[in-house]
Amino acid sequence: MKTLLEVSGVSVSFDGFKAINNLSFQIGKAEMRAIIGPNGAGKTTFMDIITGKTRADEGRVLWGDKSVSLLKMSEAQIARAGVGRKFQRPTVFEDQSVFANLAMALKKDRSPFSVLFYRGNTADTEKVEALAAEIGLTDQLSRKSGELSHGQKQWLEIGMLLAQDPQLLLVDEPAAGMTPEEREHTTSILVEAAKTRAVVVVEHDMEFVRRLNCKVTVLHEGSVLAEGSLDHVTSNQDVIDVYLGR
Amino acid sequence: MRVILLALAAILCLAPSLQAQTGPVQDLLQTHRALIEKGSRKSIAPAIDAIAASGLTEAQTVLQTWQAKDMWQRKEDKLFFRAEEVAKKTYRLYDFDSGEAVGDFDKGDLKQLKPNSGVRAMIGAALVRFQLSDPDPVRRLAALEAIQRDAEASHLEPLRASIPDEPDATIKARKEQLATLLTLRFGSDEPTRLKAIESIATNISLDSRAALNTLLTTKREISVGPAPEGTNVAAIMKPGKDLDQDAAYDMLADKGLVPPRLSPADIRTTLAAHIDGGKVAGVPVATLNTDEARAKAYAALVAQGMAQSQPTDGEIAAALAAHTIYDAYVEPSAAVTAAAEKALASIKTRVSMNQMLDLALDGISLASIFFLAAIGLAITFGVMGVINMAHGEFIMMGAYTGYVVQQLIPNYTVSILVALPLAFAVTFAAGVAMERLVIRWLYNRPLETLLATFGISIALQQIAKNIFGTQARPLTSPGWLDGAWVMNDVVSISYIRIAIFVLALTFLALFLFIMKRTRLGLETRAVTQNPRMAASMGINPDRVNMLTFGLGSGIAGIAGVAIGLFAKVTSELGSDYIVQSFMTVVVGGVGNIWGTLAGAAMIGFLQKGIEWMNPSNTLAAQTYMIIFIIIFIQFRPRGIIALKGRAAGD
Amino acid sequence: MTRQPLFAKNPSLLIFLACLALFTLLVTVFSEAMGTGLISTSFVKTLGKTLCLCLIAIAMDLVWGYAGILSLGHFAFFGLGGYMIGMWLMYARTRDIVVTSMANAEIPPTNAEVIDGIGNQIFGVVGSSDFPLVWAFAHSLTLQLILVVAVPGILALIFGWLAFRSRVTGVYLSILTQAMTLALALYLFQNDSGLRGNNGLSGLQNLPGADHIPQATISLWFLWASALALALGYGFATWVVSGKFGSVLRGIRDDEARVRFLGYSVEGYKLFIFTVTAIIAAIAGALYYPQAGIINPAEIAPIASIYLAVWVAIGGRGRLYGAVIGAALVSLVSTWFTGGQVPSIPLGFYTIDWVDWWQVVLGLSFVLITLFAPKGIGGLFDLFTGRTPPNRHGKDLGPDSGALQEQEADA
Repeated sequence: MKTLLEVSGVSVSFDGFKAINNLSFQIGKAEMRAIIGPNGAGKTTFMDIITGKTRADEGRVLWGDKSVSLLKMSEAQIARAGVGRKFQRPTVFEDQSVFANLAMALKKDRSPFSVLFYRGNTADTEKVEALAAEIGLTDQLSRKSGELSHGQKQWLEIGMLLAQDPQLLLVDEPAAGMTPEEREHTTSILVEAAKTRAVVVVEHDMEFVRRLNCKVTVLHEGSVLAEGSLDHVTSNQDVIDVYLGR
Repeated sequence: MRVILLALAAILCLAPSLQAQTGPVQDLLQTHRALIEKGSRKSIAPAIDAIAASGLTEAQTVLQTWQAKDMWQRKEDKLFFRAEEVAKKTYRLYDFDSGEAVGDFDKGDLKQLKPNSGVRAMIGAALVRFQLSDPDPVRRLAALEAIQRDAEASHLEPLRASIPDEPDATIKARKEQLATLLTLRFGSDEPTRLKAIESIATNISLDSRAALNTLLTTKREISVGPAPEGTNVAAIMKPGKDLDQDAAYDMLADKGLVPPRLSPADIRTTLAAHIDGGKVAGVPVATLNTDEARAKAYAALVAQGMAQSQPTDGEIAAALAAHTIYDAYVEPSAAVTAAAEKALASIKTRVSMNQMLDLALDGISLASIFFLAAIGLAITFGVMGVINMAHGEFIMMGAYTGYVVQQLIPNYTVSILVALPLAFAVTFAAGVAMERLVIRWLYNRPLETLLATFGISIALQQIAKNIFGTQARPLTSPGWLDGAWVMNDVVSISYIRIAIFVLALTFLALFLFIMKRTRLGLETRAVTQNPRMAASMGINPDRVNMLTFGLGSGIAGIAGVAIGLFAKVTSELGSDYIVQSFMTVVVGGVGNIWGTLAGAAMIGFLQKGIEWMNPSNTLAAQTYMIIFIIIFIQFRPRGIIALKGRAAGD
Repeated sequence: MTRQPLFAKNPSLLIFLACLALFTLLVTVFSEAMGTGLISTSFVKTLGKTLCLCLIAIAMDLVWGYAGILSLGHFAFFGLGGYMIGMWLMYARTRDIVVTSMANAEIPPTNAEVIDGIGNQIFGVVGSSDFPLVWAFAHSLTLQLILVVAVPGILALIFGWLAFRSRVTGVYLSILTQAMTLALALYLFQNDSGLRGNNGLSGLQNLPGADHIPQATISLWFLWASALALALGYGFATWVVSGKFGSVLRGIRDDEARVRFLGYSVEGYKLFIFTVTAIIAAIAGALYYPQAGIINPAEIAPIASIYLAVWVAIGGRGRLYGAVIGAALVSLVSTWFTGGQVPSIPLGFYTIDWVDWWQVVLGLSFVLITLFAPKGIGGLFDLFTGRTPPNRHGKDLGPDSGALQEQEADA
């Protein structure tokens, strides 16, 4: 399997506190990966580094076939390169309709001028409607997204992520605050997505991780503690000590 | 009628004394009677010199009397007396030698000597030697100052003579200093002067610089061919290099050495004078609206011999080549001017070093003002993250509080001591009220806080205008803050600015103390960092916010009193400082008092530095400073002392 | 989002244009130029100026209400636009005067003499007679009209690029724009800025070569021009915000980081809207100052830009008609109050003179609106349409933005 993203030897510190310490990580082109770890393990910071929100002090982050470094790129450039991110807290544009939210995320030329003259077309509308159907928000298309329930916002955010058509999805706690049925649906969307692209899921919920049925990376104090199948890592003594045992 | 009779009687009574005493003074005056009567500035000098040099004890009195226009001459025998008016048109005369009254005379029998101002000045100069040894030190100082103002060669001798007997050490030093300055200008021989020049080469006082500059006065001269031998040439002006070619030619023309260049206006006038039937030299007037056409018409006039020809470029160049334009020292001795140049250069280095020091002091004092104005903001904006556009108006309220207190308490020292805490109380209350009524509802909506507090700001400004009017109100500092600490002629700093510097340091200490050592500081920091956690630990965030905001506002009030002491108190006082205050906080780094200090120092020094480069224009200095700050923020968006990492809160 | 005509999607645009047309028609009919004289020429000018203020309010609403950039510098662009057109007006008018006065000379003047004469006339007050470099194009209306757009546009572009590139946002950006405005005003206050220092440019109400046309007529022309500019500006703004671009702008306002993670270069969008609105502001200024007759650096002072924000906030930001209503209402009411036409209120011990107290009322009413009616006057329209917008930001993590964010706390 070819490598899509390669993170090697990355460190970052905040005022002396090493949030990420010599972390290395790899993911292939169509792969599902779950990241688990206790609070403060650096999961979110790890995502911040990949998406350009936080600058690494040292190390390399290489992307794609051409092995471009992501460290020099801005958040928007990284997103356009094909990294999509779903935040832990649902962050949708609450003042705008579900349709507008999805349309904004749709993979298109993002330069100001082409957006200014973009006036919508049937093909795009159909794409948005298809996405809405996938995330179960067809009836809510014209509603303001601020009126949606918490779960629906999570869906919408996943929908926006899919609309971007990224090669790598970074998903932060997608199942938080969802009912069991909703989780089921989320799992299937993610598994489906992982068939054509890489998906990284950060999750606390072991049950959810088990259902994803994928390779697991355990982070602890900013570096990788263990990697392998869920059964493999849960039987690892180190992991039990720092995380599961407590 | 009675008056005349009385006068007649008086004359009759006193008549016998007429032939009486004449003394050495009167003799002397009589010797120079013709000159004194004539009273012309051009010829009077020998008479004055003779009196001054006579060595008579009364000489000073005579000169003073003369200068004060109190010297009268009796028409009858041409004798001179001091006169006092005793009744209308009646004068009592006093003899100079004895000092006794001679008798009362009618004005008609007397003639007042009215020396003109030129003569009086000369008498004054002659009087100097007496004043220099006057028993009254005040008069001796006055004499020294008079000499300094208008030095003459003749002063040098009496000045030197008065030094050994001078009892007062300070005055003696000044006399010696002045003697040196006079020596270098009027000294009799070159070595003495050179020595004098050398001796002041380390002296940065204004006087010594002025003396050297006077020595180095130059005059622009023009000579045919090279500069004449024996001239003390300072510099030769090369046309086209040191001065404009045309300007050089015009100088020659002014001296009548060459025919003048014709300006376009001259050509125009000449053309206009030769209009003949709508044509000038055959060229129709209507077409004369370009320089070329005018030149053509003018050339035609010249050809007809009706106008003077314009010098060609070649002629101008030739004329310039034939003449030398140079600056010559008025002082003939080249050795003296060279030494003076050298001394002045070395003084200039010292002066510029001292100016740097002075600039640094100015910078510190400006920085203290910015710091004072900004420290309240550093609390409300820096610590609480609340933008308070009315902060400037709190400063203004503090200043007006000081003004009102001064109206009630006339003693300036007491009123300032009362005003400081009162200003704090007033603005603290205003701040708390504002926090309770407005800002509390707008936490987390910074832009709306900005606008709401701006609304308060314009309302407060207008209210102040309605109460106190638009004219500036004075806030007078106590007497002991008047004046300045003068280190030398270059470096000085006013006591008020020192006081403000001390006040700024006090507030820095106070702030650090409150934040690091008190319960309020601890709670403030807790609420700032995590309000929810702080609340769950029993801290009441509402109360802490209120007190913190009040504290920031109260300090603004005190800053207002301080600023009011040197700036005019108007309703716009605050808005003059608000932008700079925000800049100080932003440049320094939000949320850090040391950052505010660094920001104030940077902005203060920067503004003074730019002002120094372009002293005529403080507006430009402010403009450039703001542009600099905008660029600075490019490189350090979070200010000089930036919080890093998560605490910075993206 | 299928293709729909702009008017169908934005019924308010049609209503607005109809109101504006009716307003212009009524003012025209009742103006002195048309003989009825119910509306004095000076009031026609006031109305014309108000239309220009509405236009800059629209610009402010675009940049603040939609994109969330509280610029305290747009009045600087407005003023710059005024200065640019003022230079031509003053130059051309002075030229007419100089040429007339020189016409009687025995010898016809050369070009250089005419220009010297103009320079003397214009710069006499600042003790100079030479044309500074900035006046290089003042002789040409076309070039100077280009400068109306170019100078503020380029200034906004440079400033915006610097500010947005370094990710200065929120109140910091506001303070920075305020500083820029202050710097510009202070610069123009200098005599050697080349724009006549604090004298500013004057006599702008006189159109060159139109001395025979009465001011009553000229004021109508400017009213029409202002109305046309406002209509075009409103239409343009509606077009910009109605599409996906508007969607992105509002996204930037509400959650800048999220838009960035969607792959939009937020800086580019901000720079675009900042520059475009600066140009709109400049055009408004270029129409305003010929009606005002005089422009000086005090007009550019930061306070003017803050008032602009006040108008938009009072009218209701994030909706274009709100900005127009706010600007028109507040500026007209201000004129009314400060003009001394409102009767004073005697209280026995004190008489409230509105010339003195209007500012206080304005300031306090502004505080009240911010506190109790954040949607402004425009919010009233929601009562008719029954629109109830959602709570925009969902749950806040803490009462203070300095608090650790939830995702950080849990990481």
